[in-house]
Amino acid sequence: MTGDRPLFLERASFRRRRLGDAARVLPVLAMLLMLLPVWWSPVSLSYAAGAVWIFGTWAVLIVAVWLLHRALLRSEAATLRASQDPLHPAEAPRDRTRDPDAV
Amino acid sequence: MPFEGLVLACLAYVALMFAVAYAADRAAARGRVRWLDHPLVYTLSLSVYCSAWTFYGAVGYASRSGLEFLTIYLGPTIVFCGAWWGLRRLVRVARMHHVTSVADLVSARFGKSNRLAALVTLIAVIAATPYVALQLQSVRLSFEVFATDPRGMGGSDAFGGTALWVAAGLAVFTILFGTRNLAADERHHGVVTAIALEAIVKLAAFIALGVFVIWGLADGPLDMLARINRASMDPGVQQGWLLKPDRWTALIVVSGAAILTLPRMFQVLVVEAADEERLHVAGWAFPAYLFAMSLFVLPIAVMGRELMPASANPDLYVLTLPAASGQDLLALLVFLGGFSAATSMVVVCAIAVATMVSNHWLVPAWLALRRIPAGEDTDDLRGFVLNARRLAILAVVATGWVYHQASGGAAALAAMGLVAFSGMAQVLPAMVGGLLWRGANRKGAYAGIGAGFALWMGLIFLPSVGVGGDLPVLPGMDPWTVAVALSLAVNTLAFVGVSIFGFPDPVERFQGLSFVSAIEPLRHSRTNRADDRAEPLLAMARRIWGPDAALRHFQAEARAQGKTGYLPDLTPSFLTGLERRLAGSIGAATAHAMIDRVAGGVALTVADLLQVADEAQRAKEETQRLEAARAELARTARQLHQANDKLTALSVQKDAFLSQISHELRTPMTSVRAFSEILMDPQLEDADRQRFAGIIHQEAGRLTRLLDDLLDLSVLESGRAQLTISVVNLHDLITRAVTAASATRPERGFLIDRDPPSEHLGLITDADRLLQVLINVISNARKYCDAEHPVLTIRVQRPPGGGAVIDVIDNGSGIDSGRQSLIFEKFARLNDPARAGGAGLGLAICREIMLNLGGDIAYLPGQGGAAFRILLPQRPPARSDAGRGAG
Repeated sequence: MTGDRPLFLERASFRRRRLGDAARVLPVLAMLLMLLPVWWSPVSLSYAAGAVWIFGTWAVLIVAVWLLHRALLRSEAATLRASQDPLHPAEAPRDRTRDPDAV
Repeated sequence: MPFEGLVLACLAYVALMFAVAYAADRAAARGRVRWLDHPLVYTLSLSVYCSAWTFYGAVGYASRSGLEFLTIYLGPTIVFCGAWWGLRRLVRVARMHHVTSVADLVSARFGKSNRLAALVTLIAVIAATPYVALQLQSVRLSFEVFATDPRGMGGSDAFGGTALWVAAGLAVFTILFGTRNLAADERHHGVVTAIALEAIVKLAAFIALGVFVIWGLADGPLDMLARINRASMDPGVQQGWLLKPDRWTALIVVSGAAILTLPRMFQVLVVEAADEERLHVAGWAFPAYLFAMSLFVLPIAVMGRELMPASANPDLYVLTLPAASGQDLLALLVFLGGFSAATSMVVVCAIAVATMVSNHWLVPAWLALRRIPAGEDTDDLRGFVLNARRLAILAVVATGWVYHQASGGAAALAAMGLVAFSGMAQVLPAMVGGLLWRGANRKGAYAGIGAGFALWMGLIFLPSVGVGGDLPVLPGMDPWTVAVALSLAVNTLAFVGVSIFGFPDPVERFQGLSFVSAIEPLRHSRTNRADDRAEPLLAMARRIWGPDAALRHFQAEARAQGKTGYLPDLTPSFLTGLERRLAGSIGAATAHAMIDRVAGGVALTVADLLQVADEAQRAKEETQRLEAARAELARTARQLHQANDKLTALSVQKDAFLSQISHELRTPMTSVRAFSEILMDPQLEDADRQRFAGIIHQEAGRLTRLLDDLLDLSVLESGRAQLTISVVNLHDLITRAVTAASATRPERGFLIDRDPPSEHLGLITDADRLLQVLINVISNARKYCDAEHPVLTIRVQRPPGGGAVIDVIDNGSGIDSGRQSLIFEKFARLNDPARAGGAGLGLAICREIMLNLGGDIAYLPGQGGAAFRILLPQRPPARSDAGRGAG
């Protein structure tokens, strides 16, 4: 079954997989951002400055997750398009720019 | 605000919730679920995480411990950062297996063990009861705030009934909307929609209060930060607010676990999720919700400390602050927000825990008592399950109320949130391990959850209700942190350790594979209950294939199952076949979806799967057996064919031999008869008589020689020839042979070319037989060599392995390459006219002799004339017939 896999993934699938990797890294990154500073310097994180840092980091994380999910949705749609275009499966995104009617 | 007004507002709000839930349920029943299914509704329903404990308690927590309260929200945020690969997988697997609760998930993963589910249910019940009591307490406290002077917090018995009324109302709501149906996917549109609305009320109330505090009471965000800094100058506050990294980490871990394992969170996060796509929105929107809910907590806490008397309960700052500032409407909004938080938590928690209690405690117990065969009498069972669930809801809420009354609304309840979190976190190792690790097994899950549960009971739960003391730890360490770390570590180690040394049964291994690979356990296995679902399938097939074709197919299938009529049993093989046939018409995905919808998506049981696997295995073995038998038959046929060919060839050979021999015998016999008749003539002259008698004598001699040769050949061929073995000198033998052969055509002067030194070889062989061969070969050369000056060359070599190689070569024209293979056959005659009395058996006899002696004789081409090579071993084989076949 594995023998059927192509050596190189199509552009859309490749991108989707890398986004999947990013989605796996993100929680680890979030955990490090939330834990490490407190271990390093509890005093400087305990009061007003700490609140600013934590809420700032939190907001950045929320935006990062939002961006990631938006990119994931788009790349899923692109993969779907690519797989539904039987003539040019590997080059679907480029074809789309050339042919505005393509779905 | 008058107490009656408050009650009225409360009742109006409750009525609104009932109306919303009712409308949503009606819309869902009519199939209009588009906006009910919106990801935002799903995200808002997740806010049930923010119960009254967080709504009121967060401010109190922040006022006591500073930023530590954030851990309760940061844990879920980190988990939701992994929504796409972690939560999505959880939702997918849970939907695939139609999981109804966290206990159900764990039990399904570990071989559908109900006892494991019952254990998880026990933890959930123990953890949930004080938590429900906490909600009731918060509602009671918030009523008290309004009904009494906010500055004089006096306990009043007049409100002892509040908790009871609230509990009763919540139980009614939950029973009405939580047990309306017994859908396979356990979704409750009405409840979820009402909770989403409550989430908006909660958030709006809290943000309104936060805005009022920052811009109304304080002077904007910068002023707020300055106030926070000022507040933290107080030595007591400074000490209390200092973050402890170990506790910080443990709290984040436990709250991250809680978002997955708390019964109410599992209910809204996994069970109520229609698909996994909504996680794309919830992944960022739920952390954003938590962010908004916690942003104003610290400002409110700081402002409360500044403005309220020291005796005021920090847990109620959210109410007392606006009330003290004369903002009655804001206070009412906040009150409703807190009321929402408490009620939504109780409702969802009651539904989730009641589902677990009824599915894993009541129904198994009832089935065990009734001992009815499963699958029979399903309507009866359905009614019982619904009633069991209603009963369980009542029991959960009532237990919470009883606990609340018994604890007397003490401050001890405040710690109950963390106790519940850390209790349900004990399920996390088995749950995550079961999803990611195929090797995890049931015994490991028992060991892990059991050990974690016992440690949690002893180290966290019992001390929290006043039984036993805190864990004795080193100074500077936090007992709760140590207890959590210890229980989770022992839990995980026991789970992993026991799993490593265990061996799960097939059902568990199938489930494990299905969970870890996130693949369907079996695609088309449905219960084969009755014809009632075969009929819709037939109707569907008719629409696709036309009436006749569909009827034919179904009738044929039914007949194949040994049934009459048109409705076959819905066996896995029938459904698979039907789906494949439908796929041929409408495509695989559509066919699967249609069959799924019509035949019902009851997951295939592992027993079905095993049966299918068994059948496939048996079919495969049968095929292999047939294949082997076929190959065996073909081999036998081939052997028979070969034997037949050989027999035919032998028969032809025998016929040819007989006709040859008759011919050979007949020719001299004819001469003998003819001349003896002539001899009978009395007038014959003496000279003639003499001549004819000579001819007769000559022919009779020829006959004798022929018969001798035939006899000799037959003895040699049968391998019964007697060999007289002795040591001989090859030189002597060749000399004798040359001398004896010189009698043949003595008129031809042959030049014999020999190399005497090489001929002196000692051999162990039958001298007479070897001599016979040599004479024959040399005589042949004398007979047939057609050179004008004939030369006979005899060369002897000694091969490395011993024995001798004798080449006899003349300088005649030799033998055509086409006929070289024939000369050793019987009666082979190359040139009849030149033969002198031979019967054509000479070389055949030579070859038989040489084979008997363990050597060989062969024609040697390319020597400039006829050449024969005689090969001799050092000694003949031990048995003269050992190396010879019958032919």
